[in-house]
Amino acid sequence: MKQAISNEAALQILQARFGSDIFDGSEPYGMLTVYTKRERLIELLEFVKESPELQMNFLTDITAVHYPERAGAEFDVVYHCHSWPLNFRLRIKVSVSVDDPSVPTAVPVHLCANWLERECYDFFGIIFVGHPNLVRILNMDEMDYHPMRKEYTLEDPTRRDKVDLQFGR
Amino acid sequence: MAEVVQAPPGVEGAGFFATTLDSVVGLARKSSLWPLPFATSCCGIEYMATMGSHYDISRFGSERVSFSPRQADLLMVMGTIAKKMAPIVRRVYEQMAEPRWVIAVGACASSGGVFDSYSVLQGIDRIIPVDVYVPGCPPRPEMILDGLMKIQELAANESQRRRDSEEYQNLLASYNLA
Repeated sequence: MKQAISNEAALQILQARFGSDIFDGSEPYGMLTVYTKRERLIELLEFVKESPELQMNFLTDITAVHYPERAGAEFDVVYHCHSWPLNFRLRIKVSVSVDDPSVPTAVPVHLCANWLERECYDFFGIIFVGHPNLVRILNMDEMDYHPMRKEYTLEDPTRRDKVDLQFGR
Repeated sequence: MAEVVQAPPGVEGAGFFATTLDSVVGLARKSSLWPLPFATSCCGIEYMATMGSHYDISRFGSERVSFSPRQADLLMVMGTIAKKMAPIVRRVYEQMAEPRWVIAVGACASSGGVFDSYSVLQGIDRIIPVDVYVPGCPPRPEMILDGLMKIQELAANESQRRRDSEEYQNLLASYNLA
Protein backbone atom coordinates (compact mmCIF):
# COMPACT_ATOMS: atom_id res chain seq x y z
CA MET A 1 0.00 0.00 0.00
CA LYS A 2 1.18 3.45 -0.83
CA GLN A 3 1.81 5.98 1.91
CA ALA A 4 -1.61 7.69 2.22
CA ILE A 5 -0.24 11.03 3.38
CA SER A 6 2.81 12.81 1.95
CA ASN A 7 5.75 13.74 4.12
CA GLU A 8 5.19 17.41 3.28
CA ALA A 9 1.52 17.30 4.32
CA ALA A 10 2.38 15.54 7.56
CA LEU A 11 5.13 18.03 8.34
CA GLN A 12 2.68 20.89 7.76
CA ILE A 13 0.20 19.33 10.19
CA LEU A 14 2.93 19.04 12.82
CA GLN A 15 4.21 22.57 12.27
CA ALA A 16 0.72 24.03 12.35
CA ARG A 17 0.34 22.67 15.88
CA PHE A 18 3.87 22.86 17.28
CA GLY A 19 5.43 25.70 15.28
CA SER A 20 9.12 26.16 15.92
CA ASP A 21 9.19 23.28 18.42
CA ILE A 22 9.33 21.02 15.36
CA PHE A 23 12.68 21.60 13.69
CA ASP A 24 15.50 20.11 11.60
CA GLY A 25 13.12 18.10 9.42
CA SER A 26 14.75 15.65 7.01
CA GLU A 27 13.87 12.58 4.97
CA PRO A 28 16.59 9.93 5.26
CA TYR A 29 15.57 7.01 2.98
CA GLY A 30 12.20 8.72 2.50
CA MET A 31 11.19 8.59 6.16
CA LEU A 32 10.07 11.88 7.67
CA THR A 33 12.35 12.75 10.59
CA VAL A 34 11.88 15.70 12.94
CA TYR A 35 13.45 16.97 16.09
CA THR A 36 11.39 18.31 18.95
CA LYS A 37 12.00 19.69 22.40
CA ARG A 38 11.99 17.48 25.46
CA GLU A 39 9.18 19.52 27.03
CA ARG A 40 6.79 18.88 24.15
CA LEU A 41 7.71 15.28 23.36
CA ILE A 42 4.81 13.55 25.10
CA GLU A 43 2.35 16.11 23.77
CA LEU A 44 3.68 15.40 20.27
CA LEU A 45 3.45 11.61 20.65
CA GLU A 46 -0.10 11.99 21.93
CA PHE A 47 -0.99 14.39 19.13
CA VAL A 48 0.20 12.13 16.31
CA LYS A 49 -1.57 9.18 17.93
CA GLU A 50 -4.91 10.92 18.37
CA SER A 51 -4.89 13.16 15.31
CA PRO A 52 -7.48 11.96 12.78
CA GLU A 53 -5.19 13.08 9.93
CA LEU A 54 -2.18 11.08 11.10
CA GLN A 55 -3.58 8.17 13.19
CA MET A 56 -0.11 7.07 14.33
CA ASN A 57 -1.43 4.37 16.62
CA PHE A 58 1.72 2.25 16.79
CA LEU A 59 5.03 2.97 18.50
CA THR A 60 7.53 0.76 16.67
CA ASP A 61 10.65 1.47 18.66
CA ILE A 62 12.45 3.73 21.08
CA THR A 63 16.21 3.87 20.90
CA ALA A 64 19.04 6.31 21.35
CA VAL A 65 22.18 7.42 19.52
CA HIS A 66 25.34 8.55 21.25
CA TYR A 67 27.26 11.44 19.67
CA PRO A 68 30.14 12.02 22.11
CA GLU A 69 31.47 14.93 20.04
CA ARG A 70 28.27 17.00 20.31
CA ALA A 71 28.88 18.89 23.56
CA GLY A 72 25.64 19.47 25.47
CA ALA A 73 23.56 17.24 23.17
CA GLU A 74 25.39 13.94 23.40
CA PHE A 75 22.30 11.75 23.03
CA ASP A 76 19.47 11.64 20.57
CA VAL A 77 16.49 9.68 21.87
CA VAL A 78 14.65 8.36 18.83
CA TYR A 79 10.95 7.44 18.61
CA HIS A 80 9.59 5.55 15.62
CA CYS A 81 5.87 6.03 15.11
CA HIS A 82 3.79 4.15 12.59
CA SER A 83 0.30 4.74 11.28
CA TRP A 84 -1.29 1.43 10.32
CA PRO A 85 -4.28 3.04 8.52
CA LEU A 86 -2.12 5.42 6.44
CA ASN A 87 1.04 3.29 6.10
CA PHE A 88 3.01 6.30 7.20
CA ARG A 89 6.07 6.40 9.41
CA LEU A 90 7.54 9.23 11.43
CA ARG A 91 10.81 9.44 13.33
CA ILE A 92 10.91 11.84 16.27
CA LYS A 93 14.19 12.79 17.89
CA VAL A 94 14.97 14.59 21.11
CA SER A 95 18.48 15.72 22.02
CA VAL A 96 19.63 15.47 25.63
CA SER A 97 22.96 16.05 27.30
CA VAL A 98 25.11 13.43 29.00
CA ASP A 99 24.83 15.36 32.30
CA ASP A 100 21.04 15.18 32.28
CA PRO A 101 20.07 12.27 30.01
CA SER A 102 16.41 12.30 30.93
CA VAL A 103 13.17 12.46 28.97
CA PRO A 104 9.61 12.03 30.18
CA THR A 105 8.19 8.53 29.89
CA ALA A 106 5.86 7.67 27.01
CA VAL A 107 4.17 4.84 28.91
CA PRO A 108 0.92 6.80 29.51
CA VAL A 109 0.61 7.27 25.71
CA HIS A 110 1.86 3.87 24.48
CA LEU A 111 1.93 0.94 26.91
CA CYS A 112 4.55 -0.80 24.79
CA ALA A 113 6.97 1.99 25.65
CA ASN A 114 7.48 0.26 29.00
CA TRP A 115 9.91 -2.37 27.72
CA LEU A 116 11.33 -0.15 24.96
CA GLU A 117 12.33 2.46 27.52
CA ARG A 118 13.84 -0.18 29.78
CA GLU A 119 15.96 -1.37 26.87
CA CYS A 120 17.02 2.18 26.07
CA TYR A 121 17.91 2.74 29.71
CA ASP A 122 19.80 -0.55 29.82
CA PHE A 123 22.02 0.24 26.85
CA PHE A 124 22.34 4.02 26.91
CA GLY A 125 21.46 5.08 30.44
CA ILE A 126 18.65 7.36 29.34
CA ILE A 127 16.43 8.12 32.34
CA PHE A 128 12.74 8.01 31.50
CA VAL A 129 11.16 10.17 34.16
CA GLY A 130 7.94 8.65 35.48
CA HIS A 131 8.58 5.15 34.17
CA PRO A 132 6.87 2.60 36.45
CA ASN A 133 9.83 0.17 36.62
CA LEU A 134 13.03 1.51 35.10
CA VAL A 135 15.42 -1.44 35.53
CA ARG A 136 17.63 -3.38 33.11
CA ILE A 137 15.81 -5.68 30.74
CA LEU A 138 18.42 -7.49 28.59
CA ASN A 139 21.83 -7.22 30.22
CA MET A 140 22.67 -8.95 33.45
CA ASP A 141 21.55 -7.11 36.56
CA GLU A 142 25.10 -6.85 37.94
CA MET A 143 26.30 -4.80 34.97
CA ASP A 144 27.46 -1.42 36.21
CA TYR A 145 27.60 0.58 32.98
CA HIS A 146 25.58 1.24 29.85
CA PRO A 147 27.39 -0.69 27.13
CA MET A 148 26.25 1.12 23.99
CA ARG A 149 27.82 4.38 25.11
CA LYS A 150 30.79 5.05 22.90
CA GLU A 151 33.35 5.27 25.70
CA TYR A 152 33.00 1.52 26.36
CA THR A 153 34.56 -1.07 24.08
CA LEU A 154 32.38 -3.58 22.33
CA GLU A 155 34.79 -6.43 23.13
CA ASP A 156 34.82 -8.29 26.41
CA PRO A 157 37.41 -6.47 28.50
CA THR A 158 38.54 -9.64 30.31
CA ARG A 159 39.98 -11.46 27.28
CA ARG A 160 43.76 -11.68 27.47
CA ASP A 161 44.46 -13.99 24.55
CA LYS A 162 43.64 -11.49 21.83
CA VAL A 163 46.76 -9.62 20.79
CA ASP A 164 46.26 -6.46 18.76
CA LEU A 165 48.93 -7.62 16.32
CA GLN A 166 46.72 -10.53 15.19
CA PHE A 167 44.02 -8.11 14.18
CA GLY A 168 46.24 -5.55 12.46
CA ARG A 169 45.62 -2.96 15.15
CA MET B 1 24.80 -62.81 20.28
CA ALA B 2 26.79 -59.78 19.28
CA GLU B 3 29.38 -58.66 21.74
CA VAL B 4 28.28 -55.37 23.25
CA VAL B 5 31.34 -54.33 25.23
CA GLN B 6 34.70 -55.93 25.83
CA ALA B 7 35.18 -57.40 29.28
CA PRO B 8 37.88 -55.62 31.28
CA PRO B 9 41.18 -57.42 31.81
CA GLY B 10 40.98 -59.91 34.69
CA VAL B 11 41.48 -63.46 35.88
CA GLU B 12 39.06 -65.95 34.45
CA GLY B 13 38.47 -69.50 35.62
CA ALA B 14 35.72 -72.08 35.86
CA GLY B 15 32.68 -70.24 37.25
CA PHE B 16 34.43 -67.05 38.26
CA PHE B 17 35.92 -63.88 36.81
CA ALA B 18 37.98 -61.55 38.96
CA THR B 19 38.81 -57.97 38.07
CA THR B 20 39.07 -54.59 39.74
CA LEU B 21 36.01 -52.71 40.91
CA ASP B 22 37.31 -49.58 39.16
CA SER B 23 37.20 -51.21 35.76
CA VAL B 24 33.73 -52.69 36.22
CA VAL B 25 32.24 -49.43 37.46
CA GLY B 26 34.12 -47.55 34.73
CA LEU B 27 32.71 -49.89 32.12
CA ALA B 28 29.17 -49.41 33.41
CA ARG B 29 29.47 -45.65 33.58
CA LYS B 30 31.06 -45.40 30.17
CA SER B 31 28.23 -47.32 28.56
CA SER B 32 25.37 -45.40 30.16
CA LEU B 33 26.31 -41.74 30.22
CA TRP B 34 23.12 -39.73 30.54
CA PRO B 35 23.67 -36.39 28.87
CA LEU B 36 21.97 -33.14 29.76
CA PRO B 37 21.93 -31.08 26.55
CA PHE B 38 22.24 -27.40 27.36
CA ALA B 39 21.65 -26.23 23.80
CA THR B 40 21.43 -22.51 23.15
CA SER B 41 22.21 -22.14 19.45
CA CYS B 42 23.39 -23.79 16.23
CA CYS B 43 25.56 -26.39 17.97
CA GLY B 44 22.33 -27.59 19.54
CA ILE B 45 20.96 -28.21 16.04
CA GLU B 46 24.00 -30.35 15.29
CA TYR B 47 23.34 -32.22 18.49
CA MET B 48 19.78 -32.92 17.33
CA ALA B 49 21.29 -34.53 14.22
CA THR B 50 23.65 -36.44 16.50
CA MET B 51 20.65 -37.77 18.41
CA GLY B 52 18.84 -38.73 15.20
CA SER B 53 18.88 -42.13 13.55
CA HIS B 54 21.67 -41.33 11.09
CA TYR B 55 24.40 -40.53 13.64
CA ASP B 56 22.58 -42.09 16.58
CA ILE B 57 24.21 -41.15 19.85
CA SER B 58 22.41 -44.12 21.45
CA ARG B 59 25.08 -46.39 19.94
CA PHE B 60 27.27 -45.02 22.73
CA GLY B 61 24.81 -45.59 25.54
CA SER B 62 23.67 -41.97 25.63
CA GLU B 63 20.19 -42.21 24.19
CA ARG B 64 18.59 -41.41 27.51
CA VAL B 65 18.74 -37.64 27.42
CA SER B 66 18.16 -36.31 30.90
CA PHE B 67 16.56 -32.92 31.27
CA SER B 68 16.88 -33.19 35.01
CA PRO B 69 20.41 -32.31 36.15
CA ARG B 70 20.02 -34.60 39.15
CA GLN B 71 19.93 -37.68 36.93
CA ALA B 72 22.51 -36.53 34.40
CA ASP B 73 26.14 -37.61 34.22
CA LEU B 74 27.29 -35.38 31.41
CA LEU B 75 26.56 -31.70 30.88
CA MET B 76 26.78 -30.87 27.19
CA VAL B 77 26.93 -27.11 26.72
CA MET B 78 26.25 -26.36 23.08
CA GLY B 79 26.10 -22.78 21.96
CA THR B 80 26.71 -19.22 23.00
CA ILE B 81 26.34 -18.58 26.71
CA ALA B 82 25.42 -14.99 27.45
CA LYS B 83 26.68 -13.58 30.72
CA LYS B 84 23.10 -13.40 31.89
CA MET B 85 22.79 -17.14 31.24
CA ALA B 86 26.03 -18.00 33.07
CA PRO B 87 24.51 -18.35 36.58
CA ILE B 88 21.95 -20.78 35.17
CA VAL B 89 24.64 -23.00 33.59
CA ARG B 90 26.43 -22.91 36.90
CA ARG B 91 23.35 -23.85 38.87
CA VAL B 92 22.62 -26.76 36.52
CA TYR B 93 26.19 -27.97 37.08
CA GLU B 94 25.84 -27.59 40.83
CA GLN B 95 22.67 -29.69 40.80
CA MET B 96 24.37 -32.60 39.05
CA ALA B 97 25.54 -35.46 41.25
CA GLU B 98 29.12 -36.74 41.19
CA PRO B 99 30.61 -38.14 39.11
CA ARG B 100 29.82 -35.52 36.50
CA TRP B 101 31.51 -34.54 33.31
CA VAL B 102 31.25 -31.44 31.15
CA ILE B 103 31.75 -31.11 27.43
CA ALA B 104 31.95 -27.71 25.72
CA VAL B 105 30.66 -28.13 22.18
CA GLY B 106 31.66 -25.54 19.61
CA ALA B 107 33.69 -22.36 19.54
CA CYS B 108 31.21 -20.29 21.59
CA ALA B 109 30.97 -22.65 24.56
CA SER B 110 34.74 -23.17 24.45
CA SER B 111 35.92 -19.60 24.07
CA GLY B 112 33.10 -17.21 23.23
CA GLY B 113 33.82 -17.79 19.54
CA VAL B 114 33.14 -14.86 17.27
CA PHE B 115 31.10 -13.20 20.01
CA ASP B 116 33.90 -11.27 21.63
CA SER B 117 31.34 -8.99 23.20
CA TYR B 118 30.53 -7.41 26.53
CA SER B 119 27.41 -9.55 26.80
CA VAL B 120 28.85 -13.00 26.05
CA LEU B 121 30.70 -15.33 28.40
CA GLN B 122 34.14 -15.96 26.91
CA GLY B 123 34.05 -19.73 27.34
CA ILE B 124 32.17 -21.76 29.95
CA ASP B 125 35.43 -22.78 31.63
CA ARG B 126 35.24 -19.37 33.29
CA ILE B 127 32.41 -20.62 35.49
CA ILE B 128 32.60 -24.43 35.56
CA PRO B 129 35.40 -26.97 34.95
CA VAL B 130 35.34 -28.53 31.47
CA ASP B 131 36.56 -32.04 30.61
CA VAL B 132 36.42 -32.06 26.82
CA TYR B 133 36.31 -29.25 24.26
CA VAL B 134 34.89 -29.89 20.81
CA PRO B 135 36.10 -27.30 18.28
CA GLY B 136 34.06 -26.17 15.30
CA CYS B 137 31.48 -23.57 14.37
CA PRO B 138 29.38 -25.61 14.58
CA PRO B 139 31.13 -28.99 14.85
CA ARG B 140 29.77 -31.81 12.72
CA PRO B 141 27.89 -34.63 14.49
CA GLU B 142 30.96 -36.87 14.01
CA MET B 143 32.97 -34.40 16.08
CA ILE B 144 30.35 -34.31 18.84
CA LEU B 145 30.43 -38.12 18.89
CA ASP B 146 34.22 -37.97 19.07
CA GLY B 147 33.91 -35.65 22.06
CA LEU B 148 31.48 -38.06 23.68
CA MET B 149 33.90 -40.94 23.10
CA LYS B 150 36.64 -38.91 24.78
CA ILE B 151 34.33 -38.54 27.78
CA GLN B 152 33.69 -42.29 27.67
CA GLU B 153 37.44 -42.83 27.83
CA LEU B 154 37.66 -40.56 30.87
CA ALA B 155 34.72 -42.29 32.56
CA ALA B 156 36.10 -45.78 31.89
CA ASN B 157 39.55 -45.00 33.25
CA GLU B 158 38.66 -42.80 36.17
CA SER B 159 39.73 -43.99 39.61
CA GLN B 160 36.88 -44.35 42.10
CA ARG B 161 38.87 -42.13 44.45
CA ARG B 162 39.47 -39.31 41.99
CA ARG B 163 36.46 -37.24 43.09
CA ASP B 164 37.67 -37.34 46.70
CA SER B 165 41.20 -36.37 45.80
CA GLU B 166 42.70 -33.13 46.98
CA GLU B 167 43.47 -32.16 43.41
CA TYR B 168 39.80 -32.45 42.39
CA GLN B 169 38.61 -30.61 45.49
CA ASN B 170 41.08 -27.84 44.72
CA LEU B 171 39.77 -27.67 41.16
CA LEU B 172 36.21 -27.20 42.43
CA ALA B 173 37.41 -24.70 45.00
CA SER B 174 39.11 -22.66 42.27
CA TYR B 175 35.62 -22.24 40.75
CA ASN B 176 34.08 -21.54 44.16
CA LEU B 177 32.09 -24.76 43.86
CA ALA B 178 31.35 -27.32 46.56
